[in-house]
Amino acid sequence: MLKYELVVIGGGPAGLSAAVEAYEQGVRKILILERDKELGGILNQCIHNGFGLHRFKEELTGPEYSLRYIDLVKDTTIETLTDTMVLEISEQKVVRAISAERGYMEIEAKAVVFSMGCRERTRGAIQLQGDRPAGVFTAGTAQRFINMEGYMPGKRVVILGSGDIGLIMARRMTFEGAKVEAVCELMPYSNGLTRNIVQCLDDYDIPLMLSHTIVKVHGKARVEGVTIAKVDENFKPIPESFKRIDCDTVLLSVGLIPENEITQNAGIAVDTRTSGPKVGELRQTEMEGVFACGNVVHVHDLVDFVSEEGALSGKGVAKYLKGELETTPNFSTANSDGIGYVVPQTVNLSNVDDQVTFYMRVRSVYDKHIVRAYQGDTLIAEKKERKFLPAEMVNFKIKKEILANLADGEIRFVVEEV
Amino acid sequence: MLDVCIVGGGVIGTAISRELSRYQLKVRVVERNEDVATETTKANSGIVHGGYDAAHGKLKGFFSAKGNAMYPQLEEELHFGFRQTGSFVVAFNEGQEPELDRLLENGIKNGARGLEIISGDRAREMEPHLSKSVTKALYCSTAGVTSPYELSVALAENAAKNGVEYSFYTEVNGIEKVEDHFILHTSKGPVEAKVVINAAGLYADRISAMIGEDDFTINPRQGQYVLLDKDQAFMTDTVIFQAPENGSKGVLVTPTVHHNILVGPNSDYIDEKNDVATTSDVIAKILKAGSKSIDAINTRKVIRSFSGNRASSDRGDFIIGETKVKGFVNVAGIESPGLTSAPAIAIHVADILKEMGLELTADPNFDPTRKPYKRIADMEAEELNNLIAEEPAYGRVICRCESISEGEIVDAIHRGLPITSVDAIKKRTRAGMGRCQGGFCAPRVMEIISRETGLSMEEITKQGEGSYLLTKRSKDALEKGGQDA
Ligand SMILES: Cc1cc2nc3c(=O)[nH]c(=O)nc-3n(C[C@H](O)[C@H](O)[C@H](O)COP(=O)(O)OP(=O)(O)OC[C@H]3O[C@@H](n4cnc5c(N)ncnc54)[C@H](O)[C@@H]3O)c2cc1C
Ligand SMILES: Cc1cc2nc3c(=O)[nH]c(=O)nc-3n(C[C@H](O)[C@H](O)[C@H](O)COP(=O)(O)OP(=O)(O)OC[C@H]3O[C@@H](n4cnc5c(N)ncnc54)[C@H](O)[C@@H]3O)c2cc1C
Repeated sequence: MLKYELVVIGGGPAGLSAAVEAYEQGVRKILILERDKELGGILNQCIHNGFGLHRFKEELTGPEYSLRYIDLVKDTTIETLTDTMVLEISEQKVVRAISAERGYMEIEAKAVVFSMGCRERTRGAIQLQGDRPAGVFTAGTAQRFINMEGYMPGKRVVILGSGDIGLIMARRMTFEGAKVEAVCELMPYSNGLTRNIVQCLDDYDIPLMLSHTIVKVHGKARVEGVTIAKVDENFKPIPESFKRIDCDTVLLSVGLIPENEITQNAGIAVDTRTSGPKVGELRQTEMEGVFACGNVVHVHDLVDFVSEEGALSGKGVAKYLKGELETTPNFSTANSDGIGYVVPQTVNLSNVDDQVTFYMRVRSVYDKHIVRAYQGDTLIAEKKERKFLPAEMVNFKIKKEILANLADGEIRFVVEEV
Repeated sequence: MLDVCIVGGGVIGTAISRELSRYQLKVRVVERNEDVATETTKANSGIVHGGYDAAHGKLKGFFSAKGNAMYPQLEEELHFGFRQTGSFVVAFNEGQEPELDRLLENGIKNGARGLEIISGDRAREMEPHLSKSVTKALYCSTAGVTSPYELSVALAENAAKNGVEYSFYTEVNGIEKVEDHFILHTSKGPVEAKVVINAAGLYADRISAMIGEDDFTINPRQGQYVLLDKDQAFMTDTVIFQAPENGSKGVLVTPTVHHNILVGPNSDYIDEKNDVATTSDVIAKILKAGSKSIDAINTRKVIRSFSGNRASSDRGDFIIGETKVKGFVNVAGIESPGLTSAPAIAIHVADILKEMGLELTADPNFDPTRKPYKRIADMEAEELNNLIAEEPAYGRVICRCESISEGEIVDAIHRGLPITSVDAIKKRTRAGMGRCQGGFCAPRVMEIISRETGLSMEEITKQGEGSYLLTKRSKDALEKGGQDA
């Protein structure tokens, strides 16, 4: 049986960064397994720019960003196997995988990093009603067709959901000569980054219809149109507002779901708020020696934070392999009013260098608000922002010395009016 | 000249074709769509009924009990997927309990096997998630679930192997009787046959009217469903019907043969035969009605909703037999339990042909078996290792949700029926049936079809004519520019 100190499952930005960091911290026998033909993950199909502003202070395209990490990996002795799909991991951390070239493999690992990314929600998941013709694609599938395979999936498009992938595809389809009739968004606000709304819709006069949804898809063989409607405050379509738009394509950008089948099959509980495993400050999961990072833990909007999280898990792996990782946590985190989730879910202070970054998302749009951290009634820290949007992940840093002064227990995050 | 032309490649047409392939006959199935099982047969409950439900004295009652008994052997021969899960008809109060006795009696008369009335508590011992409010149940141990489209594919592939021809994209637009045979006018030209079997499902009245036999009509009755993720399989592994109340039949909750959960259907007459759109109010009603049987329906786990239409005739029963026009046989009005009945109907149709005077000589080369798929998802380590060593394509996973390998897809393409659509692959291998619904694998499946069949990417459809997926190369202009330069 093959033996490694660390096996990384998924060769996207999260996995690459985890491997590189573990290597820098002295871990030598590392293997990255990737089911696609190339390393780089979802970034390979994101040929627009806007990646790496935080990390490299430069605007890179997706493939350029991932290439930086792939090059870092090449400078080390880290091994990679592409075209290799991990099926499951056992309780003893035996990783089972298959590939056309090597057949079925069992790999013994001292530590494992989960970095499998996420998948898109589909029309079934949102129970889109009407006919079921060809021409309904998730935005990511359309992106792959256009950017990687070189084919157009349609000419006249309505996009449902204003997530970043949908917004970027609105612009991409326009570049390729298609007409985007509208982007419908169920919520009264967009789920995409502000810069994407400006650069992908406003610049091309594509209407963003907030509080709107598709109530019916028309067409037997291929999409012929959709009926859209305005929704009331309970998200119920308002009949008087029904309006048909002719189109041959519907793109869905209605959310991503962390890809955690392997996690669940390994018996690791998944947090219903994030749909990812519960993790500690160094991204250790509830299973000893198993770490997780990137979109498999929670859906990130910027790859820079994915890389940052990957590095944290790489540090965790190195500490764990040296027997230095403390496991009993001091704190657990909780979300109340206005906060959807908080990652990490637990913190052990002795593993922390100088500060902990808490990643979280707010539940709706907040003007003139502040996010605060409390223990009981005691205010610990706060984070100001001009505006809080569900689309933009909040990074809330708290210094180690502040946490060191607290009693063990729960830290609660809240959105409050100023 | 054909001996027999079968119109329609649903489960009825394919079952008859396979039955006739036992004999030395020249048989062809003409189907207007791109594949078998494209209409009613692809969207139903997939239940192999116990045979107690359909009324005794009707053809439905007779054929469903007989058909049920044929399934275990059929599965052994053809490997399409059949599990004898057993079924409950549940009563929620004393008022409904006599209904169970009535079904039991009816079942015994039909010759159904494995029937027993049990208490609510006993039923909950078998299915712990069954609602507390169930007071009694009719249990049927011989009922089961199957995959209707995989069954049709299996029947058709086996028939094709034994000499039956399948013509897709072939729509029958008119039928002429000339002396001792028929000329069928199809979208692909004329087809001559001594015997015509009308197995055109929802359109059987139209086909029958083409030779002047217009004494029945088919009135479409809709059934919508929701399909839940496999991780909901804990809900039940027994088919759960509700005892009829106030004339309405109640919604069923059932495992599928592949361990998803299916909830539905409604039963409403509609105007358009081919209207299979789903509607949010019906879906909401179904989910509500289903949660009477099992409390745990988690609507966040819905991966797909769909709809199919029953071919109900105004005669209230199956219509099977030769018409006044000699040589023209109707197999019409095959509503539920038509799937269950199909194998038994097929034998009956062969008998009818014999009575009509067609010579049925057994074909000594007839092979009743079809090789099973090598499913990597079901394999143990060693078996998998050996397989990949021999055929590396089994080591490349294409559909990650259902763990379907390239090897399985290539196998599906080369089994004797022409493959031109992504749905054809989905029906045979399950690629695209999982929780991501093909979002990840569709482009890859298209590439494999293109490579193996020589069709261009633009020619591959989702589900036949007009359902194209791609319009053109996205880099046309660029590429041309490049060439000129
Ligand atoms: C369309 C789009 C536009 C975006 N735009 C921007 C932007 O402008 N700026 C920005 O900063 N960020 C952007 N992002 C976000 C950012 O790119 C992602 O958050 C980031 O790529 C996630 O990295 P990851 O490594 O967690 O996941 P992924 O990149 O999805 O990588 C996961 C990898 O794991 C592999 N894998 C999964 N399961 C297995 C298995 N069982 N066996 C083997 N391998 C497996 C997958 O094949 C994949 O390669 C965008 C994302 C998308 C989708
Ligand atoms: C909601 C619902 C639930 C059901 N549940 C069950 C169940 O649980 N158990 C059970 O036993 N049965 C069930 N049934 C019944 C079962 O599905 C049907 O009896 C069976 O599928 C009918 O098969 P078919 O071959 O007659 O029709 P179809 O599958 O509709 O096949 C007819 C074929 O004829 C073709 N055709 C039509 N016109 C032409 C033409 N002019 N030229 C060429 N081809 C033509 C069509 O394209 C089609 O492929 C259910 C039905 C429905 C709708």
